[in-house]
Amino acid sequence: MSDADQARPAAHDEAGEGGATAPPGAVAVLEDVHGCPMVDSLGSRVVHTDRARYHALLEGLRGDGYDLFVGLTGVDYLTHPGRALPAGVGPERFEVVVELWRIRDRRRLRVRCQVPGDDPWVPTLFDLWAGAEAHERETYDMFGIRFEGHPDPSRILMPEDWEGHPLRKDYPTGHVPVQFKESPDRR
Amino acid sequence: MTKSSEELEHTSEGTASDRALASRRHGLIDRVLGRSGPGGEAVNRLLQDRTYEGSQELADRGRQSRPQLQRELGSVLRLPEGASADFADVDLEVPTDETMILNLGPSHPSTHGVLRIMVELEGETVLRSKPVIGYLHTGMEKTGEELMYHQGSTNVTRMDYLSPFFNELTFSLTVEKLLGVEVPPRATWIRMLLCELNRISSHMLWLATNGADIGAINMLVYGWREREVVLQFFEKVTGLRMNHNFIRPGGVAADLPDGWRDDVIALCDMTSRRMDEYDDLLTGQPILQGRLQNVGPLTADEAVSLGLTGPLLRSTGIPRDLRRDEPYLAYDEVDFDVIVGEVGDCWDRFAIRFNEIRESIRICRQVCDRMPSGDFRTQDKKVTPPPRNRIDESMEALIHHFKLYTEGFRVPPGEAYVPVETPRGEGGCYIVSDGTSRPYRLHMRAASFANLQGLPPMARGALIADTIAIVSTIDPVLGDVDR
Repeated sequence: MSDADQARPAAHDEAGEGGATAPPGAVAVLEDVHGCPMVDSLGSRVVHTDRARYHALLEGLRGDGYDLFVGLTGVDYLTHPGRALPAGVGPERFEVVVELWRIRDRRRLRVRCQVPGDDPWVPTLFDLWAGAEAHERETYDMFGIRFEGHPDPSRILMPEDWEGHPLRKDYPTGHVPVQFKESPDRR
Repeated sequence: MTKSSEELEHTSEGTASDRALASRRHGLIDRVLGRSGPGGEAVNRLLQDRTYEGSQELADRGRQSRPQLQRELGSVLRLPEGASADFADVDLEVPTDETMILNLGPSHPSTHGVLRIMVELEGETVLRSKPVIGYLHTGMEKTGEELMYHQGSTNVTRMDYLSPFFNELTFSLTVEKLLGVEVPPRATWIRMLLCELNRISSHMLWLATNGADIGAINMLVYGWREREVVLQFFEKVTGLRMNHNFIRPGGVAADLPDGWRDDVIALCDMTSRRMDEYDDLLTGQPILQGRLQNVGPLTADEAVSLGLTGPLLRSTGIPRDLRRDEPYLAYDEVDFDVIVGEVGDCWDRFAIRFNEIRESIRICRQVCDRMPSGDFRTQDKKVTPPPRNRIDESMEALIHHFKLYTEGFRVPPGEAYVPVETPRGEGGCYIVSDGTSRPYRLHMRAASFANLQGLPPMARGALIADTIAIVSTIDPVLGDVDR
């Protein structure tokens, strides 16, 4: 990957003043990374992708030397008024956000993957970075996004028989009955 | 004595209504304890089923097919399938009744909180282990979506409760990045001073509990004592010993009190003198060396693959310290060394934390010398409320203050992630903003959560007593793990 140019903190003003009406697709693409557009987000380099290109992109980045898996999380954009995405990436309900770091030259990269809301799943990254294991379990627990091929797709923070995924935007807040029942399946 | 036995007799020979009450009570106790009582076995089973949390146990190895076993080994040991599926390592012929599954925790003093570790033992050797977490999960990320930005730091400060300033710092830096607000230099240097003192107090507590875990009990007392001195300074500055809510978006809550410089210099002098004492006390001690050296070694490749950060990663020889690699605050203007290990065992992790205290003292001294004057928070009216005396004389200031605290300040839409080097590794905050005064999504990248993945490979083949030392040198804070 020949990403010598420093990321520029340019997108802030356009995104900031536009408010909720900022049209999607208004983001300038800096570079093409393994067939996916890379944009600048407040000085950070962010690659946008969808589920079909997700695993191949991450595999390519692993080959580029991004060896430290910093973190993975999800975002539910159900009630979000609209986000700025580069052309070629259609907005979906969920996003899986992956943060990577390259030890060689201390560079950071973020990947945002669009995940459809009606059938939320993405391939696991456990085969590329073993450290993805706990983060993917947490994201499954909180958002219900399934990670296909994960060795232990179970809840990690909530009780095993918990109903619902708490960080989804349609998860009711305010009053949640405390429920402890027998687990339907053995881990 | 005689009186009470008289009373007892009196109640046992009481009236008919007393006896009826007593029998009802006994019936309840019987049922709760599972003894045969009114209702019989059916009721007992019902009560047990209702309170039973479900089996969270290691699956039975003997009855599994090969691909299942492969997956299960990968999941338990947290290694990639290629590495974990080394069948030479796994004795499939071991009958399950020769190994023992033991639960350490969730409430065991050496687990540093409510960490539960399931270990499979053959004799006293750990074959497999698996951390079970979530006992302290309180949904703080969900809570963070309900709180306004100026309330958010009081939420996040409770996550990693041993280094609260770092939680507030990463949250505030992320909000400031989204806002595009510049923080005055004095606020930056105050933040740096407090964070380094916090690193000292956190590592001191680690020295104390690590000493207790491996039998150097006197270190427990000394470590808590040194930490208390730092916490007294925090109380003087912020009003609270922990969970300060002092570093806020836009700066810090208040200026440093008079005489802070003398306090910090006295603290640094005392701590550095006592660090030499603890060096004499601990480092040369053969028992301590025996308990830590070559225990739980991890290679650099394994540590990187598992996404470990902080002292765990540095102990394997990779000099990754975000204070130097991605300088935030004013760390590029102060002089300090990154402590790196070589072997990746518990001893290296001990030495790294020990010497990081000295480096933090060095930074604190430089901050004392070079603390700039000026504002302690930004003068951006959008973020900072008017000062107290303005509220008394100006109606506009009062309205402005009221609006700021009832509606909060709006943050432009966007997403940002800012990492900092906490005592435990990379702690970061990822915020997605939708343009309102509350975060649309708040995620804290917890160093302890990721570092805990290193436990199973480290504990593999170790003794049960070594597992305690390994957990201790991972230094997980369960508030940070579970959030």
